[in-house]
Amino acid sequence: MKEFAPAPDSASIVSVTDRVKPIGLGMAVTSVHFLGGRAAFVGGEENVAFVDSKGEITTVAVHSGGILSTASDGKRLVMGGDAGKVVSLDAKGEATLLATDPKRRWIDAVALHADGTFAWSAGKTATVKSGKAEEKSIEVPSTVGGLAFAPKGLRLAIAHYNGVTLWFPNMAGSAEFLPWAGSHHAVTFSPDNKFLVTAMHEPALHGWRLADNRHMRMTGYPGRVRSMSWSAGGKGLATSGADTVIVWPFGSKDGPMGKEPAMLAPLQARVSVVACHPKNDILAAGYSDGTVLMLRLEDGAEILVRRNGTPPVAALGWNAKGTLLAFADENGDGGLLEL
Amino acid sequence: MSEATSQKIPVTVLTGYLGAGKTTLLNRILSENHGKKYAVIVNEFGEIGIDNDLIIGADEEVFEMNNGCICCTVRGDLVRIMDGLMKRKGKFDAIIVETTGLADPAPVAQTFFVDEDVQKNARLDAVVTVADAKWLSDRLKDAPEAKNQIAFADVIVLNKTDLVTKGELAEVEARIRGINPYAKLHRTERCSVALSDVLDRGAFDLDRILDIEPDFLEADDHDHDHHHGHAHDHHHDHGHGLKHYHDEEMQSLSLKTDKPLDPNVFMPWLQNLVQVEGGKILRSKGILAFQDDDDRYVFQGVHMMLEGNHQRTWKEGEPRESRLVFIGRELPEEAIRKGFESCIVS
Repeated sequence: MKEFAPAPDSASIVSVTDRVKPIGLGMAVTSVHFLGGRAAFVGGEENVAFVDSKGEITTVAVHSGGILSTASDGKRLVMGGDAGKVVSLDAKGEATLLATDPKRRWIDAVALHADGTFAWSAGKTATVKSGKAEEKSIEVPSTVGGLAFAPKGLRLAIAHYNGVTLWFPNMAGSAEFLPWAGSHHAVTFSPDNKFLVTAMHEPALHGWRLADNRHMRMTGYPGRVRSMSWSAGGKGLATSGADTVIVWPFGSKDGPMGKEPAMLAPLQARVSVVACHPKNDILAAGYSDGTVLMLRLEDGAEILVRRNGTPPVAALGWNAKGTLLAFADENGDGGLLEL
Repeated sequence: MSEATSQKIPVTVLTGYLGAGKTTLLNRILSENHGKKYAVIVNEFGEIGIDNDLIIGADEEVFEMNNGCICCTVRGDLVRIMDGLMKRKGKFDAIIVETTGLADPAPVAQTFFVDEDVQKNARLDAVVTVADAKWLSDRLKDAPEAKNQIAFADVIVLNKTDLVTKGELAEVEARIRGINPYAKLHRTERCSVALSDVLDRGAFDLDRILDIEPDFLEADDHDHDHHHGHAHDHHHDHGHGLKHYHDEEMQSLSLKTDKPLDPNVFMPWLQNLVQVEGGKILRSKGILAFQDDDDRYVFQGVHMMLEGNHQRTWKEGEPRESRLVFIGRELPEEAIRKGFESCIVS
């Protein structure tokens, strides 16, 4: 672990807080995604709030209860709820019921493929629906913790206890099991399709190099990792869970094996959410004390977007062009920053 | 109670061997007009049906933590459910977790110790065990789960007392007390217990581990219609007409001193004790008076997991006593006593 100089005090840090358009959503927020030109803030229950560039808020009801899981491809959101429903929401604000669990179980995880295919899980069962094709389901040994589609081909990673199941829904008997003891939650493929990473129940990440299933242990976090974001081009994986932004190097064929991660922007607070810029080597980080920073990956240079003193930042997202940054804390107080 | 504690959502764990009356108690809790909304985590949908509350199905998925602690198992499904429930904070006042009749309560309790996010939002209020007055004595002989559930309990609802004779009741109570003399015991028929006796007990709340004197042979309430005078007898004559059973396997051990403890000796001793013997120690609790420390220190533990902190200043005139309780299986009593004595400042 390398030593860090103390965090720069607020007088010396470059600040763009005066350029942020404040937003008061008046609801608990869990994530934000851009659909068309608007930021879609996903509530903890029932609603999604669209915010346009002028700061105008339009709220759409999508679920009757809690919203447990959300995925977005930039064109629509797919959300799983605690009433057993999978609902999509397009950029116009039109909600569509995609699927209902027959037992009304919680939809714990959802994933969205670039070609429009989507997946969801309830209990131990993961289901994929592709275009007009029939739904296909697979049962894994324990409750699904997270789902992710591979960037190439139609392949689904299903995280659960003691490992990840990789499944080609269109090929019978194709499930491959990557074992690693412990409970695996969120799962993500590197954009080049070479690595698979899970956030574990323990404060650690686990990774596999898919060519040979070699293990990668990424440990040292004081808290559980709840947010992961690949940098533009996929050279780094930025993560929450520590009092600095931890960025693991994935640029070489060995990934982070035998390497130290970059540790950026240390504060007296935990990083709660990270979002890498879609085009440049910049990322935004939200902290447990409400701070939002923009960071340059190369040297960790910081720009203050939002001051501390609020509940933890819960939602952080860029639009596809990387010209707008949206954020909100757990209570739904947030902002929009135009670059 | 600190503000942070009071904002945490109380969680009641409801255990009990098959057929003891858990579902009856749950239905009572949910149907009574108490003005509260519960999120109820159940194993079987359909047995209870109350529209007003959130009912969540669970799978009792237990997994081992990768932290080198062999008995550190948690309920993964609970971690996930708590996470989801926290998105609806404010929509319910308390959480009830029902376990299956064959479940070990430890992983449930440990989930509330070990998981940072769960701990931040919720606090374990009490483990409530429903026991069948007619069959418990038999189950204690042949079902280790039943014994665990009694040992773990903060509150025991001894149900179906109308189906046994006075003598049988006395025997089953004595057997319960042989394992766990510290739980609050309520005798009931059809689980008719006051909700305030099972909910919001604060039994796991460090600020309220006030009285850990054993409740030997004494029920905390008595059904006034049927058993009047029954419990009162015991006040005057402990053990009158009742045998004190010593369970061969599961025991409780209480330690007490009015001399101050040396924290620099006690803490490492306790840590080491639960590390080495944590598999055998099901529950531990204590109130401690440290040398040169005007604050009471309280702790509690489940197997190898401990949590503790300074609770409040000793009151004037309050005897500065240290009291500890261990409930467990084949406890190395002599070694524990000796170890404890070595922590006393001489």
